[in-house]
Amino acid sequence: MAERLDEQTMALRVAREFQNGMVVNLGAGTPVLASNYVPEGREVIFQSENGCLGYGRIAQTDEERDFNLINAGGQFVVGNLGMCFFDHAESFSMIRGGHIDLCVLGGLQVSEKGDLANWLIPGREPGAIGGAMDLAFGAAKLLVVMTHTTKDNEPKILKECTYYLTAPRCVDMVVTDIAVIEVTDKGLVLKETAPGWTAAEVQALTEPKLIIPPDLKVMSL
Amino acid sequence: MINKLYDSFDKAVADVFDGAVILIGGFGPADGCPSYLIRALQRKGAKNLTLVGNGVGQGRRPAPPPGAPVRPGPPMNIRRPPNYDDSGLLVQNGQVSKAICAFPGHSQLGNLSPFHQGLADGKITLEMVPQGTLAERIRAAKAGIPAFYTRTGAGTIIAKGKETRMFDGKEYVLEHAIKADFALVRAHFADRWGNLVYQGTSRNFNGAMAGAAKVTIAEVDEMVELGKLNPEGIATASIYVNRLCSRKDSREGP
Repeated sequence: MAERLDEQTMALRVAREFQNGMVVNLGAGTPVLASNYVPEGREVIFQSENGCLGYGRIAQTDEERDFNLINAGGQFVVGNLGMCFFDHAESFSMIRGGHIDLCVLGGLQVSEKGDLANWLIPGREPGAIGGAMDLAFGAAKLLVVMTHTTKDNEPKILKECTYYLTAPRCVDMVVTDIAVIEVTDKGLVLKETAPGWTAAEVQALTEPKLIIPPDLKVMSL
Repeated sequence: MINKLYDSFDKAVADVFDGAVILIGGFGPADGCPSYLIRALQRKGAKNLTLVGNGVGQGRRPAPPPGAPVRPGPPMNIRRPPNYDDSGLLVQNGQVSKAICAFPGHSQLGNLSPFHQGLADGKITLEMVPQGTLAERIRAAKAGIPAFYTRTGAGTIIAKGKETRMFDGKEYVLEHAIKADFALVRAHFADRWGNLVYQGTSRNFNGAMAGAAKVTIAEVDEMVELGKLNPEGIATASIYVNRLCSRKDSREGP
């Protein structure tokens, strides 16, 4: 089988979904890496639930580190023209009030119907909900980025989630290290496969039946 | 003359009682944690506290054994602002019996933090709340709203045992305001009336919590003359602040 995409490449694929003018919220982990890969010529505004709209890329050097400028993942980021700050209550008015165009979250499990579970790994209680529930309910579009399978190669895309849900029927699209899948009313549609992967190989690692459209593409990176 | 400034952090928290519900501002490694007030509260020693905040803090790491080699990481690995303590200090000191927070953290098997150990031993109880619901429950208290309906949590374990109601074909969950006794917040500048200005993402829960408890105590870096803060730029209006302490001018200052 072909190689799986690494975390940075998944983030790069996620960033292709950023359209000009979008307000985007990125969750902790792989999602925040996508802030480094905004496609050229597109202007997007990143919202962070800890009270910032319009922050820039992740800080790279000691000089860039500012303890008053971090993203929701606790990483240092750099400022940007047009950036503004606000408190947590205001920040979640933006999120819960439906003002975020696209949210990207990590995932532990996604179901066929678009249910998401991403806050509690059994055995590692109590887990951490953070802002994920609010984002899953509030964002206009929700993209989940995660590895396609667990460390033991078990599917994470399932008929039903077995972990506690973050929100039911909230996921619109899943980007994994081997595929891009869209959640539709008819079921899960395989839109893209990673270079070297066949639809059959992706299906073998996915519990629900995937719809394979005639225009299935290889991920362009 | 109105002057809310206390010359000592210890005096500012002197009336914090056993069993008090305390809002504590801050988020992650941002320099927006009322560290001096937390230390004063540790010295005060009030017990059975309910902490309300994004997380429960990390507390202090045990000092390395004498003679252990010093292994400094790369500079970008420095994850905490200078002169920092968080609410984990109160957990370590056995002062906390309950936490209401969004981010208690995943437990590390075989290496439980003081908070997770407290949960395991049944000495601490946890009410986990989605972060936006937490912020809104705090804001509701500030605004005199006893409860509100929200989409967040509908159809999940968070809604278990809670009243729900349909609006426009969607299910909403009833959530209640958090009634708190004290709010400990951190800001950058204050004037003697209690107007506050923050720095960047260090505003976070601090701005939401100021005014949401019976008594709000603000820890600031520095006091400025009344009139020096731009009225258009004041983030927290003085009405929400009862007491002020300045890191620069207090007895326990740097």
